[in-house]
Parts: sequence; structure tokens; C-alpha cells
Amino acid sequence: MADAPILEVRNLVTAFDTDAGQVIAVDGVSFQCHRGRTLGIVGESGCGKSVTALSIMRLLPQPMGRILGGEILFDGRDLAQATPEQMYQVRGGKIGMIFQEPMTALNPVHTIGRQLAEVFLLHKTRDRAEALRLAIEMLKHVGIPSPEVRVGEYPHQLSGGMRQRVVIAMALACRPQLVIADEPTTALDVTIQAQILDLMQQLQAELGMSIMLITHDLGVIAEMCDDVVVMYGGRIAESGPVEAIFENPSHPYTRGLLDSIPRLGGQRKSRLRIIDGMVPALKDMPPGCRFQNRCPFAVDRCRKDQPAIEQVAPGHAVACHRWREVVAGAAVSATS
Amino acid sequence: MTPPDSTPPLLQIRGLKMHFPIRQGMLFKRPKLCRAVDGVDLTVHHGETVGLVGESGCGKSTLGKCVVRLLEPTEGAIHFEGFNLAPMGCRQLKPHRRHIQMIFQDPVESLNARHSVGQILEEPFVIHRQGDREERKKKALALLDKVGLPAASYDRFPFEFSGGQRQRIGIARALALNPKLIICDEPVSALDVSIQSQVLNLLLDLQRDLGLTYVFIAHNLAVVKHISDRIAVMYLGRIVELAGADELYRNARHPYTRALISAIPEPNPRRERERIVLTGDVPSPINPPSGCPFHTRCPHVQDRCRVEVPQLRPAGPGHEVACHFDL
Repeated sequence: MADAPILEVRNLVTAFDTDAGQVIAVDGVSFQCHRGRTLGIVGESGCGKSVTALSIMRLLPQPMGRILGGEILFDGRDLAQATPEQMYQVRGGKIGMIFQEPMTALNPVHTIGRQLAEVFLLHKTRDRAEALRLAIEMLKHVGIPSPEVRVGEYPHQLSGGMRQRVVIAMALACRPQLVIADEPTTALDVTIQAQILDLMQQLQAELGMSIMLITHDLGVIAEMCDDVVVMYGGRIAESGPVEAIFENPSHPYTRGLLDSIPRLGGQRKSRLRIIDGMVPALKDMPPGCRFQNRCPFAVDRCRKDQPAIEQVAPGHAVACHRWREVVAGAAVSATS
Repeated sequence: MTPPDSTPPLLQIRGLKMHFPIRQGMLFKRPKLCRAVDGVDLTVHHGETVGLVGESGCGKSTLGKCVVRLLEPTEGAIHFEGFNLAPMGCRQLKPHRRHIQMIFQDPVESLNARHSVGQILEEPFVIHRQGDREERKKKALALLDKVGLPAASYDRFPFEFSGGQRQRIGIARALALNPKLIICDEPVSALDVSIQSQVLNLLLDLQRDLGLTYVFIAHNLAVVKHISDRIAVMYLGRIVELAGADELYRNARHPYTRALISAIPEPNPRRERERIVLTGDVPSPINPPSGCPFHTRCPHVQDRCRVEVPQLRPAGPGHEVACHFDL
């Protein structure tokens, strides 16, 4: 990885104005997304993973959402400082976005063809016939049967899986360098999810784009990603290559997540390991480490000081005061 | 996990069909039918958990709603402790209702937002005329304790709770009348991963302590396998395979079950596996394919599958499969 990352987020802080005052949803998040690779962002609801994506796309709900600080370097340019006009060029052109719910991402009163052609009209051509031809070609590319017929249909006439293919076609229409996919398969059935994940991998191999994949499903992360960022309470808990995160999880939260999912090959009816309590609301996050009130390793220091990011191995970083004990504890329980 | 044959099963479903008429715009047009459940036989024994898996539209939730008789089935029988619930009317059903309860997927919609938790938990006692006010409160507090919620929750309202806690309230309500059978309809699908495991553990503990019988409906095979003794796989309103949970995972016989298992992303980045990617979508239950319902997506399809509906047939001890071929 000699070349510069396609996307580098440095110390991003995003806040929302609410009735209860300002709430920091993303608090000093930094990560890199490398060219041609897939970065996974995983965490539970409210951990700030979607807000991070919306900050990068500058699509935060207005006027409540605001980027308070940090840099979002995309191909060397800081998107946090970009003007709305510059962002029009970036969105859909250089960065594509795939949303969770394909029904709300598509406009129900326009045909598939018109919506897809719009992307080309904005970024590539002024000729409507040419745009429609490109749209049909793109639909064929994402595996939609008889695209010439489908361009004339409305979103409600398509199944969930087909709709998501259309959304993917829109995101990839202008051959973006980066695709941000926010829970792209959460609303789909498993067999359809398998189709969509396959399609994304195949298109990545063909077009060479980078993918930033946001999900709560550790299975999808394991299958799709090269690098992983684990978020909790608006901060990064742990980040590193996918093998390191799954085989040597060094943050108690990552360990807890991995231990708590039922696995197909696991012992039936055994008690699952659990993470006590629940994610606190953003406005009453505990001081110090945000995971301290649910953490089995917490000591006084965790309740006072926010842990710094420390390196476990090259490329593998963790924000925990006691990660050495966590890793050692894992070794003990594995041998016993 | 088949108990001795001497004890009659708790629940026996025979030839159950639930067809919904679809109204169409044109006058005098023959109404079409949505065949949500299309001929299901299923036996549930005392103290076991039977998992129902399948993708959206396979009829698993409709089947659950028929058993608690939120729906009146079109055809077939639901024998529960010797009574056939299927044809019963409201009044006849009432004495049986307390024995079968349901836990719903969405803990927000299934709790009345205008009632306090105390009111929600006491309502079953009011409906079935049990105890006086004081007794009911005592029972409600005991229920809260059973599902691991603080007694202070009694006076609070559903919106004050998180998703996992609300699901606990839903579970407490289902337990109120000491039911024998609980239909769990996707009880953890709406919850975060770390909360899911808490609720699954709670369901397992309650089953052990109270001797409950569960029908556990979910689309996530890993979750269903974890909690179930036996699993029935549904596709387009029919059961296509039925087996012990471990047997089903290790030795799936139906091509749909195999595809379903292989499609589950597993949290292991080094896993090398062959994924069976099914082409196409699930056909609509309004216009199901002829013959085997799975033939439009089946990688092993042959001519016979297009005309003849395969029936469930034995494929090993406690294992049944609805496929013409031994694959």
C-alpha cells in the first residue's frame, strides 16, 4: 500500500442540535480507506457509523447536523471544507452511495430508467437518448433480466433484491472511486443478500473501486472486508485487518460482540455470553471510556480517562487502557 | 428429542391452509387467493422448541398467527390438548387462549403506548378475571422480576424503555397466565447483537424453569438452530424439510435448506466455502409455481418437479424432506 488512501478521515467530530442541547454523535474518529479495498464499519445502533457516512457525503440532516471539526480527505481534497457546488460533483460522480432501504432510496413516482438516466445527465452527457442507453447498459451490468423492459417500470413493480440492484446501478453509474454502502443487505432475505454481496464483490473486481461497508452484521464483515473499524458510542473501539479483529480481538467490546452471536456450528441451547446492560444514550455517555459501565475489565482509570489509541500490531489499533489484560485473558480462557 | 410415544403431543397441526382473498379493482372478477399457508402438518411435543425458518413471505408468521387464532384458518385442524381450535368461535376459544401466548417481533408496536407497564401486565388477569387489584399488582411485580426488570418499571411507560427492555415486557406479558405454549415470532430480529443474546438467554432460562414449549419463528437460521430442538424449513407456504436442529445443519437434504445454510455469512474471515447462490426471487404466493414450489430456483430441477408436488417423506430418524430426489 505505497499509494495514498482514497479516503482518509482525521479526527472527525459531528454534532446534532437537539431540544436537550448539542449532542456529539461522532467524537474524534479517524480511519483510512485504501484503494481497491473494502473497509467495514461495524457497531450497534447509535454508535455513529451512519452519521460518519453522512458526514463524508455531507448529507447530514439540516440544520441540526454539523461537522464541528476534523478533515475528510478524499483523493487529497478536504470534503469537510468543500462548497455545495463541489459536493454535487463528488456525490454520485466520484463517491457513490448505496442505502439500506431500496424502497425509500428510489423515487416511487419516476420510472427506473428516468432515475438512472438522471445520474448520467448530471455527470456524463446532455443527450437524453444516450443517457437512457447508458442506463440500460448499467442495469444489464448489475444482472437485471430484460433491462429494456425494466427501464419503463416503477420501483414498486420490482422485488426487494431487484430494487437493491437498481440502487447499486445508480451508485456505480459514473464509475466512482469509492462506494459507501450503508447496511446494503439488512432489509433483504439471506438468499438475496448472498446474491447482492456476490454482485458487489464481482463489480469491485471489475471496476476496482474502494468500498466502505457499514453494517451491524459481523458475518457480512468477515465475508466482505479487508479492514474493519469497530465503533461504540461515537468513537472507534478497535480497528485493523479483518483477520486480526476476528482472531485477536483486543477490545472488550469486540470480544463481547463476537462471543454473543449464536453460531451455526455452536452448541445448541448453551447460554450465550452477553454484554451486560445496554448502549447509553449519546447525551448521557459515561466519563472516561464510553464502554466502562458494561465492561468486565473496567477499573478506576477507565472511569476517569479516555483511553488513547494504542497499537497492538502494525495496522491493528485499539482504544482500551487494559487491552494487554484483555488479550492475555483470552489466552488463559483458550487454554483452560 | 422425541419424548415417549405415550404422551400425546401438545400441539398437532393437520393440513392447515390459510388463503387470503385478494380484492381486485374490476367488478365481477374472480377473486385471487394468496396462499400464505398451503397444507402444513406439524407436531409439537411438551417442553420442546420447534423452530420455523424461511424467508419473507414463506408463511411462517401466518402459521404462528393461526395457532394463537389471531387468524381463522381456511382449512385444516389445530389440535391443542385434545381440542381442535381451528373452527372455534371467540367464546369457545377464550378458555384455551390463556394456554397459548405470543411474543411479537416489534416491541414498539406490540405494547400499548398509552398504558403503563403495570396496566399492560395486569390486563391478562383482568380479561380472565383473576385476583383482585392487590393480587394483580403482586403478580405483575413478580413477572417483572422474572424477566429481569426493576420493580420501578411498574409505573413507567413503554417509551421510557429500550428495545431489549420492551421485548422483556412483551415476554412478561406472554408469561402472565402461565401458558403452556408460546409462539415467538421473530423475538430478537429487531434487537442489537449484544441485546439479542440477553433475550435468547432469558428465553432459554424461562423454558428450563417453567417447562415452556416454544414455537420459535425467525429468518436467522443461526438463531433458530441455537434455541430449537427441531426445525421446520418453510418455503412458499409449505414445510420442505423437518429435522432435529443438529441433523438439519449437518445433513440437510432439501436443496433449499442447503442454499439457506450456505447463504448465511459466518463471522469467520478465513472460512473457505462453496456458496450456493440461488438465482431469482421467491415466487409470489398469489401465483405459486406448479409442482414443487422451489422448482423455479432449484439447481437440481428436473421435469418431474414442474408437474408433481413432492410430499414430506421420511429421510432418516426424525427427518422428513419434501423433494422427489435423494440429493
